[in-house]
Amino acid sequence: MKTSSPAAGREAEPVLDIEDLTVTIGTRRGQARAVAGVDWSVRAGQTLALVGESGSGKSMTVLAATGLAPRAARVTGRVRLLGEELTTLSEPRRRRLRGRHVGFVFQDPMTSLNPVLTVGRQVSEACEEHLGMTRRQARDRAVELLDLVGIPSPGRRVAEYPHQFSGGMRQRVVIAMALACEPALLIADEPTTALDVTTQAQIVELVADLRRRLGTAVVWITHDLGVVAGVADTVAVMYGGRIVERGDVDAVFAAPAHPYTRGLLAARPDPERAGGDLPAIQGAPPSPLELPPGCAFWPRCPVRGDARCEHELPPLVEVTRGHEVRTFYPGGEDA
Amino acid sequence: MARFVLRRLLQSAIVLLGVTLVVFLLLQLVPGDPVRVALGTRFDQQTYDALRERSGLDRPLVAQYVSYVSHALTGDLGVSFRSGQPVTTIVLERLPATLSLAVTAVLLALLVAFPLGVLSAVRSGSALDHAARVFSQFGVSVPDFWTGIMGILLFAGVLGWLPPSGYVALTEDPAGWASHVILPATAVGLVTASILTRFIRSSVLEVLSEDYVRTAVAKGLRARVVVVRHVLRNALIPVVTVVAVQLASLVGGVIVIEVLFAWPGVGRLTYDAVQARDYPVLQGAVLFVAALFLLMNLLVDVLYARLDPRIGAR
Repeated sequence: MKTSSPAAGREAEPVLDIEDLTVTIGTRRGQARAVAGVDWSVRAGQTLALVGESGSGKSMTVLAATGLAPRAARVTGRVRLLGEELTTLSEPRRRRLRGRHVGFVFQDPMTSLNPVLTVGRQVSEACEEHLGMTRRQARDRAVELLDLVGIPSPGRRVAEYPHQFSGGMRQRVVIAMALACEPALLIADEPTTALDVTTQAQIVELVADLRRRLGTAVVWITHDLGVVAGVADTVAVMYGGRIVERGDVDAVFAAPAHPYTRGLLAARPDPERAGGDLPAIQGAPPSPLELPPGCAFWPRCPVRGDARCEHELPPLVEVTRGHEVRTFYPGGEDA
Repeated sequence: MARFVLRRLLQSAIVLLGVTLVVFLLLQLVPGDPVRVALGTRFDQQTYDALRERSGLDRPLVAQYVSYVSHALTGDLGVSFRSGQPVTTIVLERLPATLSLAVTAVLLALLVAFPLGVLSAVRSGSALDHAARVFSQFGVSVPDFWTGIMGILLFAGVLGWLPPSGYVALTEDPAGWASHVILPATAVGLVTASILTRFIRSSVLEVLSEDYVRTAVAKGLRARVVVVRHVLRNALIPVVTVVAVQLASLVGGVIVIEVLFAWPGVGRLTYDAVQARDYPVLQGAVLFVAALFLLMNLLVDVLYARLDPRIGAR
């Protein structure tokens, strides 16, 4: 494990601990089950990667856990942030806890910053709200934070507006904003997807570096397995609202046990196979409105085991220590 | 900023020149000989020719237009066929009545529409939201003159609280002005309030779904702070335009209400000028309204630049 947390006390209990989280969203066409019985936890200084296609429920898991799910969503299960149960808290208490201890970095820095407020104001307002700073103190803190995330001449740029920044620089501003109250947990929801490749690498490196220096727990939501290998300690692969495989990154990458994970890994561009077509997973992910009774991956599964797969939900079982998978065929057809 | 304003002023001037051309030509196309109208039914050819020459109507169109524009530049919009008074004086005389009615109507409308629009967006789907939608549907469906007539019947007729019509200058007797303005301003303002309520609601709803609002919520800010600091500032930028356009169109266009309430404003003036085929006055009134629209637009642009840093920077 690559953990090197200065906050040894936090080691004992997870920063965020999610148990049996289920999210159903009432839509005009019926109940959509976006997340079904998901558990995971993340400790200080650790990075957990949540991996899956769009609609697999990875973002919804995190939004629901922190009280940011849309109004139409019904959330059940247990969520503990620094030992406090969030699901039974009143909204004002939950809001304070979230603002104080959780930082969010969203996908598109072009739209996640308010165009009519200076970046300084957007970074500093959380410090005023949660740390009780005066406007002046909070502004100074904003300059520090912009410096911390590597924005040149922060003293000048603090008074500028988002449109005066490039995409990569904006994402740095968003990260500075997320770190404003020195959160115990940083949630990065596909923070590099909207950026060009060079900038992506810089942002990945920045977050990894900040995690090392500040001992923040990180949940990194992505569909990019290349990023996962670089930043995460543990990985949870989601499909159709459930975790289908999870474990230490090295273990999962070395021996992916779920056909879906194998498909994802095979679909990565690999310089050694350059030139040929990329093997893709056939078909599309299931609609959360009509999930199959059995394994959600069954219609697209290359293994196509037997009738059991179609009608019975496989349990999450351990293949090696700390490496779990939800399939009846954890090694392929011959298993 | 100064350069921005200067450039917009120049653009406005060009547009205004275009307006003079359109106004000038339109009136040439309208049937009816203004000289005949001005002279009534009994006149001889000599008087007719004399007036025609004096008004410059015997000269070629281009010459007429050039002379019209060059005079207009010095503030001279000609004289009324009917009264012989300068058009500029006539229009300016009507300005306070119209402005005070339009501004009162828009203020009343904002007073209702702003809280109603914002609240119904923030609590969309609530009982309040439904009530607001019924209100704005009613307001845009019912013509202002009907509301005006009902107002006169109820408050002037049955209850006798307010005068049925007429005008008192604000500077002479504020209380008298207020009692006279309240009915016409409410009648006009109701329509404006409905339009603004809808517009503000949809603008706020749109901004509420923006990513940066989610960012603000994620920061753990209080709902009030999210709405006031992050939502309203963005949502109100387009609202500024609609308010300005409403105000400008009220200044130029509350004809029916001004006639109904015997309100001596620009709308009433336009109405009378059309009735009397008093071309110079009609031209003057239209030109004046167009100029006002342009001025409003200029103000909106300047306000935009102040509200939206993305515009001001350029």
